[in-house]
Amino acid sequence: MSFHPNEMQRRARLASALLFLAFVFLVGSFFRTQVLQHAQYVLQSEENRLREVPLPAPRGVIYDRHGQIIAENLPGYSVSLLAPGVDSLRAALRRLAGTIPMSPEQINQAIRRFRRAPNRPAVIFPDASFDVVSVLEEHRVEFPGLIIQSAPKRYYPDGPAMAAFIGYTGEVNEAELGSANFKGYKAGQQVGKDGLERQYEHLLRGREGTRFVEVDARGRVVREAGARQDLLPEAAPPLYTNIDLDLQKFVVALFGDSLIGGIVAMEPNTGAVLALHSAPTFDPNRFIGGIPADYWRALNEDSRRPLYNKAIKGAYAPGSIWKLATAVMAIQAGVVSLDDQMPVACTGGYQYGNRRFKCWEKKGHGQVNLAQAIEVSCDVYFYQLGLKIGLSRLVAGGVELGARERSGIDLPSETRSSFPSTPATDYYNRRFGARGWSNAVSLNLAIGQGENAQTVVNMARFYTALATDGQAAQPRIVRGEAQRERMFQLNDEQMDGVKKALAGVVQRGTAAASQIRGVMLAGKTGTAQNAHDPLRDHAWFVGFAPANDAKIVVAVMLEFGGHGTRAARIASKIIEHYLGVQTTQVINTEGE
Amino acid sequence: MNSARRRIADPTLVGLAMALSLFGIAMVYSAGQTDVPTVVAKLYRTQIAWFILGLGAAYAVSRASVRFLDWLTTPAYAVSIVLLFLLLFIGAGAGTAASTKSWLAIGGVRLGQPSELAKIAVILMLARILASRKVAPRSLMDLWQPALAVAIPWVLIMRQPDLGTGIVFVGIFFAMLFWAGASWQLLVLVASPVVSLILAFSTGLWGAWFLVLIALVLWYRPYLVEGVAVVLANVVTGVVAPVLWDQLNPYQQKRLLVFLDPTTDPQASGYHVIQSQVAIGSGGWLGKGFTLGSQKRLAFLPAQHTDFIFPVVGEELGFIGVTIALSLFLFLLLRSVRIAARSADPFPSLVAFGLASAWFVHILVNVGMTLNLMPITGIPLPFFSYGGSFMLVCWIAVGMLVRISGEGRGPSDMLVI
Repeated sequence: MSFHPNEMQRRARLASALLFLAFVFLVGSFFRTQVLQHAQYVLQSEENRLREVPLPAPRGVIYDRHGQIIAENLPGYSVSLLAPGVDSLRAALRRLAGTIPMSPEQINQAIRRFRRAPNRPAVIFPDASFDVVSVLEEHRVEFPGLIIQSAPKRYYPDGPAMAAFIGYTGEVNEAELGSANFKGYKAGQQVGKDGLERQYEHLLRGREGTRFVEVDARGRVVREAGARQDLLPEAAPPLYTNIDLDLQKFVVALFGDSLIGGIVAMEPNTGAVLALHSAPTFDPNRFIGGIPADYWRALNEDSRRPLYNKAIKGAYAPGSIWKLATAVMAIQAGVVSLDDQMPVACTGGYQYGNRRFKCWEKKGHGQVNLAQAIEVSCDVYFYQLGLKIGLSRLVAGGVELGARERSGIDLPSETRSSFPSTPATDYYNRRFGARGWSNAVSLNLAIGQGENAQTVVNMARFYTALATDGQAAQPRIVRGEAQRERMFQLNDEQMDGVKKALAGVVQRGTAAASQIRGVMLAGKTGTAQNAHDPLRDHAWFVGFAPANDAKIVVAVMLEFGGHGTRAARIASKIIEHYLGVQTTQVINTEGE
Repeated sequence: MNSARRRIADPTLVGLAMALSLFGIAMVYSAGQTDVPTVVAKLYRTQIAWFILGLGAAYAVSRASVRFLDWLTTPAYAVSIVLLFLLLFIGAGAGTAASTKSWLAIGGVRLGQPSELAKIAVILMLARILASRKVAPRSLMDLWQPALAVAIPWVLIMRQPDLGTGIVFVGIFFAMLFWAGASWQLLVLVASPVVSLILAFSTGLWGAWFLVLIALVLWYRPYLVEGVAVVLANVVTGVVAPVLWDQLNPYQQKRLLVFLDPTTDPQASGYHVIQSQVAIGSGGWLGKGFTLGSQKRLAFLPAQHTDFIFPVVGEELGFIGVTIALSLFLFLLLRSVRIAARSADPFPSLVAFGLASAWFVHILVNVGMTLNLMPITGIPLPFFSYGGSFMLVCWIAVGMLVRISGEGRGPSDMLVI
């Protein structure tokens, strides 16, 4: 009975119904995938076929105070490869190496870059020469994943003159990518590595653009334009600095290649940094896009340590320039006035306990008051003043004057100056043991020796307070609002007296050879002993001019430079150049 | 008589098959339109040639009476078995199944897949066996002959190994038993060991299934021996399933696992399914336009002219195109079932239903696979997938159905062609 027509009809209806249900199920499934989940799959399909090629944004141009360019961008080329996986990238690189010579290190680096960001094209030559680009363009067909594009390249027109503060740019590294400061950065991007480039990275970076290229399943570029509208990169706005390019170049020329040291020139009222230099210098342009190994080695092997920033990183015993700190805290505390003399006259030395502390002037200065002691930098006077102030006030006063602080200059990695902490006895007990030291440390501290190491920029900051009204200005390279902080409080008469004493240093005292015709220069020399080379002292001079209405403060430190008078001559030339007096005028009149 | 003057006995069926073939050829053409041209670009010409050849074959087959088909059953079956057996020694792989031995090749030239021929041969053999009984199969003992007729080629095909074709054979077997009037309870009993095989990986599920089976045995009351045999078979398969699993080829294991979750292996085994879904899903209502599918154009779709041709439909013609294609398939199958139902004799009726069920399994598994509703087994989509012997076999089936349709209407319609 199984093939009776009625039976057949029944089964046919059942079979048809099942078929219908099966197809409804299939159509329903397609409806879900194609209509309901459409957006999600469109996205996936776009991700499949589009590769984002980053278009680096030009970094912000950096200007000096008169609108001259300090840092700009030059057109350059970068070469990268799109690859679906490490293996195919390696294979492509191997083939590429047959066309363009590549070191194994370059190949490995490209693979490392790819591993960090597999969705971006792996950069092979971040800064390809025109020769490389033209060879690759010729062989383009052989390398379907190859992407050649223009990439702005950082350039410093006066490179070596800017080395101390400009920094350089380079590819963001692993450690940076992991840090919170570089959130949102992607491997392969160029970032500021030091100096202003690093400090103002957030302002200078601009916004990276994106070019979309279409690739097939094997990662071959099948369409370069029109796949999707490119997102154009946005250049960063320019950055205006306080630097006086003309003065900066003058300073650098003055130091030349023979002097070693650091210099900071700033406006005392605003803190604007006019010039900042560390000698000997190097060329930051050569650091862009990877530092050549031989250049790096040469810089590191140079005993003058060109990479060690002597203006903001090096901390040196301040020597006699610190005597002003001692003097200011004594006057402020009412211990002495500028006219007061000390009980013991200077005979070239001072007996304290069983030890004789020498004055730099073996013949002795005789009986001097404070103002005269500053002029001639009499150690014996300051030994006694130190004792009179007392150790704890000497230390607390130094701390008050910022001796344990950074100047706050807008540059990364400024060294914090070092000085004993308060309370002083605890500090010395910790340092030398309870019986390892005596009150004699006060004598050293008072003349800027002992446990005291200051950066050049921090001393410049301290002297802005001396040059004005006791308020120190925070050094600023980039234009911005002045930040001033009171360091000490003297009345007008006392302030005037201190400035007169400092002017006396140049007129009659230790820096008498550095006078500037027509301008009253004030300042203090320092000749600081150092542990590295007992025979060659560090030479200091910090000064300002005009003495009664300072427009510029200059701090100069010559590493192993001998006597402070040498530093004073440099400083006076810088100030003379900046104020545009004598030299330029004399030359002009002679020329006419 | 009007119908006698018609050149084609069943214009509906032929029209549907023609529409599907032309649709398919268009998609094979589109599958070749890639940004980086490959050998696929010109395959549509070959497909057209096979289509024309298929039309000729269908015409020839439709001239052969059902009695001739009946006569052909035994030799066709014997030749199929011999070829399948020989394949185990001289078989060649191809395309996505390069490691299997499903192709008959002479001197490096692939002639075709004997398993395609075997499908028709098995349908004929099953039809003959089931038609020879005047009553519906009632007990398991009644099924030993049809079971053996399917088991011999099935084992040979699974040795190639070709899981997909094996599934088609199982589908044909159950469908034809159903058409022969076997009760659903009997079909469940026959299928129960397979269910045990699958559920064995979860003790709880298997236990539940076992209780259901016991209840079914008590209700249906087969012979005692058979009842015990079914239960024992379930126990055995439940126990050996993990052992069998270990004996599967790693690629087969992987395919089954990836079926459960394609994202476990997005780059390798899961890649096909994910890319296929992306292609289909990104098509939306109307698709990206004929030949313009980016997934296909950029070669993200694997085997886009053969096993994964349906995603091309989905991507380029959208949900509308998919619905049209599936509707054509549905009408083709409904028409075939109607032919089977109207046939006066059991043999042609069973043949017609067998052919329809073979198509159905192909469509369901192939289309289901593109949406991850079915595991990837690599069986082609009738009339769509590129492949000469399959196109030919599909049209031979059309020819047979036309003939059965013609004879089914009684003596007056017999000379229609």
